[in-house]
Amino acid sequence: MSLKVALFGITRDIVGTSVIELPAPAPTTVAELLAEMRRQYPALGELRSCAVAVNNEYASADTPLHTVDEIALIPPVAGG
Amino acid sequence: MTPHLAITDQPIDIAAALAAVQTDTAGAVNSFIGTVRNQSGGRPVRRLHYESYDSMALTQLGHVVAQAYEKWPMLQEVAVVHRKGTLELGDVAVVVAVATPHRAESFAACQFIIDTLKQVVTIWKREEYEDGTEWVAAHP
Repeated sequence: MSLKVALFGITRDIVGTSVIELPAPAPTTVAELLAEMRRQYPALGELRSCAVAVNNEYASADTPLHTVDEIALIPPVAGG
Repeated sequence: MTPHLAITDQPIDIAAALAAVQTDTAGAVNSFIGTVRNQSGGRPVRRLHYESYDSMALTQLGHVVAQAYEKWPMLQEVAVVHRKGTLELGDVAVVVAVATPHRAESFAACQFIIDTLKQVVTIWKREEYEDGTEWVAAHP
């Protein structure tokens, strides 16, 4: 099953789209997703930080990913 | 006690945010208003573009306010409104308003909410200069 990942801010600029679909075999954890994204888009590795959100919450590296989850890359936030 | 939280692409109504926290049980209303300034690190800024991951921003904002209620149990009402889209110099980017029985807690809770918002709420800011744009805080 493929995995859809939403992109915001500078990560959208780097990848060039607001949603990327990772084909099977898709990453199964947050750590795998970050590693795969950085492999495909090395500029992501130059950011101050890049978190992953699963269903609107910040997710730890070992969090499992499922195709039904809402997944997003979260570059450094700058609200306020 | 339900907080008034919003992300909007329309100009923020400051008076409405203050009115939202008005309650007869509070003797102190404290607010923070963040506006667009004309420079960043000495570099002239022409305007700002805010982007928001709305559903997560509201979820995280809810967590921030819940933490504030835990830290200051006397906290009565809270309103947080954040703007998104393109903002010109002087425009209001964010309003935080809190109501508490006494003033000391109102200052502390208001500062906590804006400081924590800036750390966790999924909103991004792109500054526009004479010669280009840059995502704020993106790179070390």
